Amino acid sequence: MQTATVGSGAPAIAPPSGESASRRDALVDPRALAQRPAGQGLVPRWLQRLLGPALLLAAWHLLASADIFDPRTTPAPLTVLRTAAGLAASGVLLDNLLASLQLVVKGLALGLSVGLAAAVVAGLSRAGENIVDANMEILRAIPNFALLPILIAWFGIDDVSKVLLIALHVIVCVYINTYSAIRNVDAGLIEAARTFGVKRRELIATVILPGALPGFLIGLRLALTGAWLSLIFAETINAPIGLGRMMSDAREYFRVDIIFVLLAVYALLGLLSLASVRYLEARLLTWRRAFDGA
Amino acid sequence: MAPDPIYAGRLAVAAHGLAKDFGAQPILRDLSLEIERGEFVALLGRSGSGKSTFLRVLGALDGDVRGDIRVPRQRAIVFQDPRLLPWQRVLRNVLLGLPRDAGTRTRALAALEEVGLSHRVNAWPRTLSGGEAQRVALARALVREPELLLLDEPFGALDALTRIRMHKLLRDLYRRHRPAVLLVTHDVDEAIMLAERVLVLGDGRISLNLRVDIPGPRHHADPRFGALRERLLRELGVDSD
Repeated sequence: MQTATVGSGAPAIAPPSGESASRRDALVDPRALAQRPAGQGLVPRWLQRLLGPALLLAAWHLLASADIFDPRTTPAPLTVLRTAAGLAASGVLLDNLLASLQLVVKGLALGLSVGLAAAVVAGLSRAGENIVDANMEILRAIPNFALLPILIAWFGIDDVSKVLLIALHVIVCVYINTYSAIRNVDAGLIEAARTFGVKRRELIATVILPGALPGFLIGLRLALTGAWLSLIFAETINAPIGLGRMMSDAREYFRVDIIFVLLAVYALLGLLSLASVRYLEARLLTWRRAFDGA
Repeated sequence: MAPDPIYAGRLAVAAHGLAKDFGAQPILRDLSLEIERGEFVALLGRSGSGKSTFLRVLGALDGDVRGDIRVPRQRAIVFQDPRLLPWQRVLRNVLLGLPRDAGTRTRALAALEEVGLSHRVNAWPRTLSGGEAQRVALARALVREPELLLLDEPFGALDALTRIRMHKLLRDLYRRHRPAVLLVTHDVDEAIMLAERVLVLGDGRISLNLRVDIPGPRHHADPRFGALRERLLRELGVDSD
């Protein structure tokens, strides 16, 4: 369809050709130009997001079957899968996984309670801040792994020092994020609550802690990924059982396939941890999601 | 302590010789003002004139002031931003700081009904429009049955059409509950439209005190409206032409 402009006179700049002049004058349907929201296909979004890893696996498989990789240093994906199945069937993988999981859970429990308590104490009172905050900054400045020799000297080479190493990392992550979240709760909300007769106890429970929750969850997310990292480090020192022990054994006997299985296990554990925090966020921050959806 | 006889009788606000400085800068100087019980007063002033500071003093948010001042125990404030807790649903926001019993809950529901939000009782604040959120803030103030209602530019962030609707709502609520109201605003028309008395704060004191003798409903087209408007704008240092 072509639309003639009436009474507009000759264009100041002549179009280069008659064809493009009619294109310029023609009206278009804006819906045809509008950007369609991405990813609204038949395939669910989470499945679409697996495309990248799937392509990587496929490339790995192709390169391995074309004998481009040396199977002694880079086993084929199917070999890794077979090894994993074997380790799972014999129960070796589960036993070691549970041993490691137990350390992480203990470290998390300890770290979460101490980190949260410290953040609340420092966040809510000037005196608490004076006592706690600088210490936490110092702890944050020291690389956790540098503390391991001291932990071993104090608590021996068994589980206690490993749990403490994990806990220290969790404490720092949870503390830093929760403390600053408490301090950054909207002062206007606190003032309004006070004018409506909210007393200190209720103020903490209904205004300050809920307001700090998003910050705490960010800390939890960092703490979870960091906990697995600390575990790997702690278990390389001395571990009779656990994923770290499996890893050093595999290195000792040059079982690259087992190393790959363990890498995959670490990746899955990390992803599961993140998924669990996402689940918590979805459950606890409904009020925020309502906003995102609007 | 026996209640102040002046306050207990006629007045909702009695302020005499108030003075306050921000550093070396005097913000209130010898400010005196009385507001009667059930009286609707609007306070105008240029930005930085100290009108919000004065409201904060009346609302017990700022205790750093010299002079004599008395306000009722039952006060409520509506701020320019609604200041609702985003993680509590509308009803819980209205109930904030109140004892949790069935009677209070009923009153809160009634207050929400009065501001026309019965259907949003369980909504999250972030899903509300600006006007709705401010109506929740009004309900939260009303449910406390204040003797003094302090409004700090409560409609300043709303669009023009919503503001007109809010004016009508506020007038209705005022007529029904009759608290003393101090409305701090920079909108001259809003002040004349709503208040029985309009004050201008200048140089740290009340520089003009005008009674609005126009029976409601008031219209911009009324010549008395125009005259008041002219007078107030002149006091505020704005020439209308």
